Amino acid sequence: MRAVTWQGTRKLSVDTVPDPEIVQQGDVVVKISATAICGSDLHLYDHYIASMQKGDILGHEFMGEVVDVGREVKNLKIGDRIVVPFPISCGRCWYCRQGMFGACDNSNPNAEMFEALYGATSGAGIFGYSHMFGGYSGGQAEYARVPYADVGPIKVPDGVSDEQVLFLSDILPTGWQAALRGEIQPGDTVAVWGCGPVGYFTIQSAWLQGAARVIAIDRFPERLALARDVGKAEVINYDETDDLVELLKEMTGGEGPNVCIDAVGMEAHGHGFLATSDRIKQTLRLEMDRPTVVRQAIQSAAKGGRVSLIGVYAGFIDKFPLGAFFGKALRMAAGQCDVQKFLPDLLQRVLDGDFDTTSIISHRVGLDDAPHAYEIFAEKKDGCTKVVMRP
Amino acid sequence: MAATTSAPHRVKGSRIGPKRGGASYRARRDHHVHNVANPERFGSVAVGAALIAYGLKQRDAKGLLAALLGGAFVQRGATGYCMVYDALGVSTGDADAVLGRHRSDVTGAAATVNARKAVKVERAVTIARPRHELYAFWRDFTNLPQFMEHLESVRVDSPMRSHWTAKGPAGSVEWEAEIVNDVPDEIIAWKSVGDPDVANAGAVNFSDAPGDRGTIVKVTLDYEPPGGKLGAFVARLFGEDPDRQVREDLRKFKQLMETGAITTSARRREDSAYVGSTPQE
Repeated sequence: MRAVTWQGTRKLSVDTVPDPEIVQQGDVVVKISATAICGSDLHLYDHYIASMQKGDILGHEFMGEVVDVGREVKNLKIGDRIVVPFPISCGRCWYCRQGMFGACDNSNPNAEMFEALYGATSGAGIFGYSHMFGGYSGGQAEYARVPYADVGPIKVPDGVSDEQVLFLSDILPTGWQAALRGEIQPGDTVAVWGCGPVGYFTIQSAWLQGAARVIAIDRFPERLALARDVGKAEVINYDETDDLVELLKEMTGGEGPNVCIDAVGMEAHGHGFLATSDRIKQTLRLEMDRPTVVRQAIQSAAKGGRVSLIGVYAGFIDKFPLGAFFGKALRMAAGQCDVQKFLPDLLQRVLDGDFDTTSIISHRVGLDDAPHAYEIFAEKKDGCTKVVMRP
Repeated sequence: MAATTSAPHRVKGSRIGPKRGGASYRARRDHHVHNVANPERFGSVAVGAALIAYGLKQRDAKGLLAALLGGAFVQRGATGYCMVYDALGVSTGDADAVLGRHRSDVTGAAATVNARKAVKVERAVTIARPRHELYAFWRDFTNLPQFMEHLESVRVDSPMRSHWTAKGPAGSVEWEAEIVNDVPDEIIAWKSVGDPDVANAGAVNFSDAPGDRGTIVKVTLDYEPPGGKLGAFVARLFGEDPDRQVREDLRKFKQLMETGAITTSARRREDSAYVGSTPQE
C-alpha cells in the first residue's frame, strides 16, 4: 500500500510498504477513504516529540471501510463504514471503564519509553504518533490495522459524507472536551487561544455548552475570519495588540474571561522577552515546550476561572505563574481527549447539523501530495487551515 | 538457630491470623523479629561499617549512597532483622520469623540466597481482575513464560517442585525451585534449591486494591546475579536490569489478564512477538 512516512525533521516521503493485517483477534483492518493532517502532526513533522523513527507512518485522523475482521470482533463486520478515534483504548482497564479512554493502561506497548522520557505514567497509545506513544502505524495510508475494534471505532450511516464525520476521529471531540473541561456556566465568557481546527470546534462547542460570549485569539487572517464568520466569536489578532492580557481584561469589564482554553500547545508563538527566551531554550532543549499561551491564560483568567489545556505539551516549562494561579483560585485541566466517550452523542449532533464541519477544510489532496501539504500547513501558507487527503 | 529473646513470642502472638496483605507491613514496624542468623549478622555489621567508611571518604553522591547502604547493613546486623527476608517469608534466624506469619506447615525455609551478594527487586502493579483469577494463573508456573520475557520454560515436577530455564546474559541458566509458602489467593513464595545457576528466592503477593480497582500484585525478588553485583551493574548498562524486567513483566501480566493478550503495535503478524487473542467476556 501507499503511506506517508516520516524520514526526519521536516522530511516526509510517500512510499509503498507492506499492507497491515489482523495481528490479534480483536483487530479490524480498515481501507481508508479519508484522512486528515492534524496540528499535532506538526509536532512530529518539526520533531518536537522524541522517539520517531525513519519510515514511521503518520496520521491519527482517519475513517474508511472495514475490509478484514478478527475472530473476536463482535460489533463490526466487513463493509461497515467507520470513523476511528485517535487514542487506542483497551476498554477493559479501570481507566477505560471510567470513561477515561485517553488514559488507557494497556494500549501503549512502549509505555516504558514514555515513562522514561516524561517521568510520568503513560496514557493510551496513539495511531501514527511516535514510538513512545506505542509505535502504531498511522492512517495517512491506504489501510490501517485498528486494535480493540469493539471499543474504538464508531459506525457511521451511509447518507452522510466523509467530510461531515471524519473529524469525529479527533478535532471535533477534542474541541468539545476542551470546552467541557472549562465547566462553562451561564453568563460565562470563554476565551479560546488558537483558531486552528481544534480551536474552530472548541468555539462551536463553547456556544453549544452555554457560553454567553466567546473571544477567539490568533494572528492569521483566514483563521480569524473562520472564527468570526463560522464561529460567531469576537476575535483578537494578537499581532495587533501590545498586551493581550490587558486587552482581554478590558474587553470583559476588568474581570478577565471565566474560561481560558489553550488550543495551541507547545509550539506557541508570542512576543517579547519571555517568548524569545522560550524559543531559544526550546531549540537548545533546555525547555521542551513554549508555554506562552498557558501563562497568558492564567494571567488573564477571572477569579475562580478555569484553564483548559488541549494543545499538546510534552515536557517541562519555565516561569509558570503559580502565584496568579493560586491567588485567583483557578482550576486547570488537561489531557488527551477521551474520544470514545463522546462519539455517540457527537455523531448525533453532527447528523442534527449542530456543527459546521466543512468550512475549515482548505485543501483536498491525494496521499502523494502529503509532503507539500504538511509544508503549507506548517507554514500557514496558501490559506491552509485543514488538509483532507483521499488515499 | 539464633539466640532467642522473649520478643518473638510476644510478636508472634500479636500477629496470629494475619489479615490479607497487612501482615508484612505490620512485621516491618515490629523489628523485634530475628530473621538473620548470628554469623550473618556479624558479617552484615562488618560490610556495613566498610561501606560507611568508603562512602564518607568519597564525599560525593555515590559515596553518600554507599554510606546510607552501609547504615542499612549495620542496622540489619545489629537488630537481626532484614526487611528483604521478611518480605520473602524467609529466615536464617528464628523459624518463628517465618512460621508466625504464614502457614504452620512450612519447615526449613532457610535462605538460599546470600544476602551479601544478592540484588533485591520489589515491584507492584494494580490489575482490574479478581485475586483468585490472578493467583490461579500465576500458580500454574507453566503460564509464566507467556509474559516473562526472559523465562524460556518452567517444568512442574511435583506440587512443590519445579524446574526453571531462563535466558541469561551468557546463555541459558537453570534452577530447581521449591515452593516455601503458598496461601491461595494471597501469596506464592519460592526459593531455588540444590545447585542453581542463579540462586534466587521470591514471592508474589495478591491483595485487594481499594474500591473496584481489582488486585495489587506485588513481586519481591532476591537473587544472586551471575558475576555478582558488578555483573548486575554491567547487565543494567545493557538494559538487562532485573528491576526493569520485573516492571515490564508485570506490565505484560496486567495486559494479558485485563485484555487477554499482550499489547502489540505491529502492523503485521511477523513483526510481533505477541500474537494472541482477546478474551471472551
